[in-house]
Amino acid sequence: MSTYRILRHRDIPNIASLDVYRAEGGFEAFHKAVAGMQPSDVLNEVKASGLRGRGGAGFPAGLKWSFIPNNLWPHYVVANADESEPGTFKDREIMESNPFQFLEGLMLASYAVQAHDAYIYLRGEFWQIAKSLDGKIAELEAAGLLGDKIYGTEYSLRLHTHLGAGAYICGEETALLESIEGNRGQPRLRPPFPAVYGLFGKPTVINNVETLANVPGIIANGTAWFREQGTEKSPGVKVFSLSGCVNKPGNYELPLGTTFRELIFNYGGGLPEGRSIKAIMPAGASSSLITADDRALDTPMDYESVAALGSALGSASVIVLDDSVNVAWMVSKTVEFFKHESCGKCTPCREGTYWMSHIADRIVKGDSRKEDIDLLNYVARQMQGKCLCALGEFSTMAVVTGIEQFREDFEKLQRS
Amino acid sequence: MNQLLQKYPQEIQTILAKYPADRKRSAVMPLLHLAQQEPGYITKQALQEIGEILEMPITDIDSIVGFYTLYHEQPGGRYHVQVCTDLPCALRGADEFLKQLCENIGIKVGETTPDGMVTIEEVKCLAGCHHAPMFQVQGDGDISYHEDQTVESAVELIAKLRDRKEAA
Ligand SMILES: Cc1cc2nc3c(=O)[nH]c(=O)nc-3n(C[C@H](O)[C@H](O)[C@H](O)COP(=O)(O)O)c2cc1C
Ligand code: SF4
Ligand code: FES
Repeated sequence: MSTYRILRHRDIPNIASLDVYRAEGGFEAFHKAVAGMQPSDVLNEVKASGLRGRGGAGFPAGLKWSFIPNNLWPHYVVANADESEPGTFKDREIMESNPFQFLEGLMLASYAVQAHDAYIYLRGEFWQIAKSLDGKIAELEAAGLLGDKIYGTEYSLRLHTHLGAGAYICGEETALLESIEGNRGQPRLRPPFPAVYGLFGKPTVINNVETLANVPGIIANGTAWFREQGTEKSPGVKVFSLSGCVNKPGNYELPLGTTFRELIFNYGGGLPEGRSIKAIMPAGASSSLITADDRALDTPMDYESVAALGSALGSASVIVLDDSVNVAWMVSKTVEFFKHESCGKCTPCREGTYWMSHIADRIVKGDSRKEDIDLLNYVARQMQGKCLCALGEFSTMAVVTGIEQFREDFEKLQRS
Repeated sequence: MNQLLQKYPQEIQTILAKYPADRKRSAVMPLLHLAQQEPGYITKQALQEIGEILEMPITDIDSIVGFYTLYHEQPGGRYHVQVCTDLPCALRGADEFLKQLCENIGIKVGETTPDGMVTIEEVKCLAGCHHAPMFQVQGDGDISYHEDQTVESAVELIAKLRDRKEAA
């Protein structure tokens, strides 16, 4: 038995091998579902569990699956393994070390919506992970768990990996679909939503790797078990990716609702000697900054509580900034990232990220004019609400909240 | 004659089989990865050949090559050493690491060693932030991660890469 639900490889050696995974109860959930449950039963179980998407938005997974219409076929499921938000490295650990649990989750989701083909979209850098998953998929086919007439039923399913080639925007679900279709990875206008018009124009469910890795446990052990951890509205555990100015950066699987203080100080070993915590970015480079006062540190990390602080939990990639970090420098890093990653489809984002990066750079290099701080803030504010996809909006978060909370850091860098 | 087809018949069949028969275009990314394996960049000929296989306009393929950073339009070093200097890594000294690495190797970011073996590049987050400083090495049809690096360990690795003869 493992005390972990997702990162089970940490106490079950070799769970990445099919024999060990099966010996630990692996694929019992899939068997139970395919051989004994209606697809709608699987869907309803996941709905009742309250599992929320782990890829950023926290949207209820079962509810998303229920949007798939039964008068349009075929259906597809796509696993989002693009993992490109700065500060996020959890899906990689899951796929490297506990891959079958993720694959079983993907297979259960596929069964629930009666998809016969599912795709795993991996960022191009996950080249070796894709190769390894191809091998695992072949093993599952050889074992009769994938392919035609699974467990002697009429259900058939095939999984396919698809490698990206270096573009953060392909993590956005409609850009991801475009990328699989052989186009430039640029977001689609919505509606229509992927649930109706998704991959190849067919109804499609898109879920994050970690979301899917939660599904086998729910089907095997039930909703009550799933809800033993976490909060009423944010049930279950989450893998928090902790990085930046901490002694022990890494992935920590903890119940949703664990406080920032516990994560950073109990699990993450606190900050290096002599440093004190200044601010937290709970959702990678896309975060609204949180000033790390006692109230913030004692805030539970669940979707509602972090939102109440004026930020968002996102994919829970917690970046810690200490008192030696200048927030204007941090902002120059995040806007440089977004400038690089803007897909260029819409003007406010393409031009806005360019200008923000240009101005922030000037400020950091000590070449700025007095009005540059307000100008930077103005450009960010002008972009808000005008971008086609969330990337544009994300790019303004650290800028606006950084200036609001730490204006003196920007001023310090200006020539007097 | 389509050299790509001739060289990788099996691989290309496997790739095409992943997508619906009327959605061949979906195979463009995996075919570009395949075409890049040996030369290390996308040759004009490869564009032609992929266009033939997928019945897709060359200009479309070209625009895809330009969109994604892992496809190279120009020949570079045999190995691309891509150091992450994004925020989480930078908070753990990645900028200084890259600077010292370049000084040690004697080239600037974006440049290639005189023997044509190694190009040093600066890249965005690689999902290895907890093991900074880190970089990936792209080359010989593979991408490998190198984490928890020091300038010394990186210099040593680059020396080994430069000594390699045949593709592994
Ligand atoms: C710019 C941008 C980048 C994104 N990157 C990722 C990503 O790398 N991985 C991911 O799972 N979701 C990412 N998302 C969220 C996806 O669009 C989508 O909401 C998610 O995959 C749905 O899965 P979930 O409901 O299981 O979380 C991104 C969204 C945006 C706007
Ligand atoms: S907001 Fe930015 S990333 Fe999104 S579609 Fe517009 S240009 Fe592309
Ligand atoms: S910031 Fe460098 S790997 Fe994430």
